Amino acid sequence: MAEIAALPEAVADLVHDGDTVALEGFTHLIPFAAGHEVIRQGCRDLTLVRMTPDLLYDQMIGMGVASGLVFSYGGNPGVGSLHRFRDAIENGWPAPLTIEEHSHAGMANRYAASAAGLPMAIMRGYLGTDLIAHTRVEEIECPFTGEKLVAVPALDLDVAIVHAQEADRDGNVQLWGIPGVQKEAVLGARRSLVTVERIVERLDPRPGGVVIPGWAIDAVVEAPGGSEPSYSLGITERDNDFYKFWDKLSRDRDGFRAWMDEHVLAGVGAS
Amino acid sequence: MSTPPPVSETPTPASSAEIQTVAAARLLREVRSVFIGVGRPSTAAILARELYNPDLVLVYESGTIGAKPRRIPLSIGDGELAETADCVVSVPEMFNYWIGPGRIEVAFLGAAQVDRFGNLNSTVIGDYGHPQTRLPGAGGAPEIAAGCGEVVVVAPHSTRTFVEELDFRTTVGFGGGPGYRERLGFRGRGPSAVITDLGVLEPDPETLVLTLTAIHPGVEVEPAPGVPGASPDSRTRAA
Repeated sequence: MAEIAALPEAVADLVHDGDTVALEGFTHLIPFAAGHEVIRQGCRDLTLVRMTPDLLYDQMIGMGVASGLVFSYGGNPGVGSLHRFRDAIENGWPAPLTIEEHSHAGMANRYAASAAGLPMAIMRGYLGTDLIAHTRVEEIECPFTGEKLVAVPALDLDVAIVHAQEADRDGNVQLWGIPGVQKEAVLGARRSLVTVERIVERLDPRPGGVVIPGWAIDAVVEAPGGSEPSYSLGITERDNDFYKFWDKLSRDRDGFRAWMDEHVLAGVGAS
Repeated sequence: MSTPPPVSETPTPASSAEIQTVAAARLLREVRSVFIGVGRPSTAAILARELYNPDLVLVYESGTIGAKPRRIPLSIGDGELAETADCVVSVPEMFNYWIGPGRIEVAFLGAAQVDRFGNLNSTVIGDYGHPQTRLPGAGGAPEIAAGCGEVVVVAPHSTRTFVEELDFRTTVGFGGGPGYRERLGFRGRGPSAVITDLGVLEPDPETLVLTLTAIHPGVEVEPAPGVPGASPDSRTRAA
């Protein structure tokens, strides 16, 4: 049963140095508050997993929490490059970053395999690309039809962290809008943390709502605004200006560090 | 990001980016469904739905199927896309139930490099292990290009984009030439057009090599040498 916890305690309990951690959210519901708490606690040597690293992983990579990254699209959506991500890969700053990259379809299937407790997923994809030589996929043959397919390995996640709109007092969570791979991430990880905009007495079913029962989650934290500058549909709006601002700010290492010192490290953490 | 040309009594000449967007939009007159990323392809699809094809189904990678945006979204996951969609699905469902089986008719893709067979690079410039420029990576492109009915590439008309050999093949167009896609069991037909800011390239029906087949109105500059189909022959064909 999910414990309703404060953010610093939940992160300290669940995230340890050297862990493989996925903070998911496909453009929507990105768990910024929790990621910032991971930075504040000085976690090191994490392998970060995420389909679209986005600004949050740009910040986490730039602050040196990661030694590895597993991903499928490392861009600032609609704006351009992730400059801290690029600086880590191109120049090893602030530390070398090993990468394992996939396609979206590959990552989505890896999450689904983890949630299903299977060692791999089978899909059509990767064939004919240079990705095959640089990542973990294997060509296989369908035992029924002989068709050439590929197998991708399940993700091996220590921790999944996601953000949702609501939880009730028993830690049952509901999210709606773009659902991404959050349910798969939570069910596919050994430990899970869900931050929510608000804790309510009772969850009202929403069109397209995804409900994750509290007994499948380790900790639920109330963190209003916890997905900003991403958004929580129906509650907060995506701060598109911030995504453009980040493109300018994050080009410079010193400017980046100064901003993080002021806006993240100095923060006391939402709880 | 460009916006649709303004409606005005005394029209100002359209920019080459705007003409590129309109050319892409016109390809969607008869299409049921289009898969789009952000930027010019998204603008083109929204324009097509407004001007030519009100029933056009816009599908975004974020999981929104049948989105009806009235503004140009900055990201593929903007709230308006989810709020106006016919349905919103998870990422595994998007790729496994909708893209993989070939339910989407046309896909718009961009790339940093395009070769003569319409293969695309969006991963690195330079060596993979020590890249000169690290690009965002594959995203959904490899499976989108394999599964969707056809692919329209939207790219700038420059020698930086059109290269003899890709630094990295992220996405298969026609691979090594005729028969390549069929050997890999791809469902979709592959690239049907590359829309640049100067004109349109289409695969030669026999060799599948991209060939310049149209030049946008008002374009006077000679396409850069070395760009596929930019020979004097193909200029003649373009007329």
